[in-house]
Amino acid sequence: MIATLVPLQATSLIFVALAATSVALCRNPLRQIILSGVYGLLLVVLFVVLQAPDVALSMLVVTTTAYPLIVLVAIARTRHGSKEEK
Amino acid sequence: MTRRQIRGTIAIPVLGALGAFLYWGLSGLPPFGNYHGFYGHMVSILSLPQRHVTNAVTATVFDYRGFDTMGEEFILFAAVTGVVLLLRKSGEDEEGPPEDTVTSDALRLFGLLALAGGVLVGLWLAAYGLVTPGGGFQGGVAIASGFVLLYLTGSYLAFARRTSESALDPLEAVGAAGYVVVGLAALIAGLPFLANLLGPGKPGTLVSGGSLGFINWAVALEVAAANTILYKEFLEQYIVPIARGRKS
Repeated sequence: MIATLVPLQATSLIFVALAATSVALCRNPLRQIILSGVYGLLLVVLFVVLQAPDVALSMLVVTTTAYPLIVLVAIARTRHGSKEEK
Repeated sequence: MTRRQIRGTIAIPVLGALGAFLYWGLSGLPPFGNYHGFYGHMVSILSLPQRHVTNAVTATVFDYRGFDTMGEEFILFAAVTGVVLLLRKSGEDEEGPPEDTVTSDALRLFGLLALAGGVLVGLWLAAYGLVTPGGGFQGGVAIASGFVLLYLTGSYLAFARRTSESALDPLEAVGAAGYVVVGLAALIAGLPFLANLLGPGKPGTLVSGGSLGFINWAVALEVAAANTILYKEFLEQYIVPIARGRKS
């Protein structure tokens, strides 16, 4: 069973690569976490296109809710902590 | 030599070697879509006739690899226990919750609708886990994220009231233990651990898969409760200092 890369899969892969690069190059943590959410959503699209809906469903919630929430709270907490010390 | 030049001279050979190694590894990969996994083909052919489960992924996770998933479930359980221990409340918590009620009617209405939709989708994903894509894990995380909307579009108080630890902790424990109980029940009946006691059931229905359904709901309960506890612990870390800062 050899499948070739169809245009939809190629487009999806390119978008994932672009989003991943932008996450890595972003220097502002708040923007970075939003970008990583976008990157996660593009990965969800890629998983659906590659016919892995079970993985896509888990990824959908983890990447848009669980991960950003926990990182945002961690960022807020560390900033709050550093203000208290000053 | 400046520090920049030193870093450059060290980085170039390292990056070169890493790149060559990566190229060597990638050039040996089978072409795109050329799947060689014999096990995967076997499962996709056998899961329907053997287990009467139309979602081969769930059949693999809860049946063929059921013992591994039990370990994974307890990894989540242990991780959440660790978070609760590390983020436990330090000192008294008398400040009370902050007044952060969302006042926009549109946002509140949208949030309520999205919450109902999210929890419903979560229950649906868990219920049909053995039939269509989804399952206990996917359903569980969807239900838990529905509760976060209570905070985002309601208030912290609304979220905290409906996610009390005294209710969530037993639910999480029941979910984690339920998996083991299904496994032990098979042992007591004289079958191997986690063997399907109830028979395969009718394929394509909610009762397909037999005891896999119980495992599925146990995982859904565990994952939903564990993630809600996780969200609550983290939000508490965020909320309590703000409330404290406002009072002082």
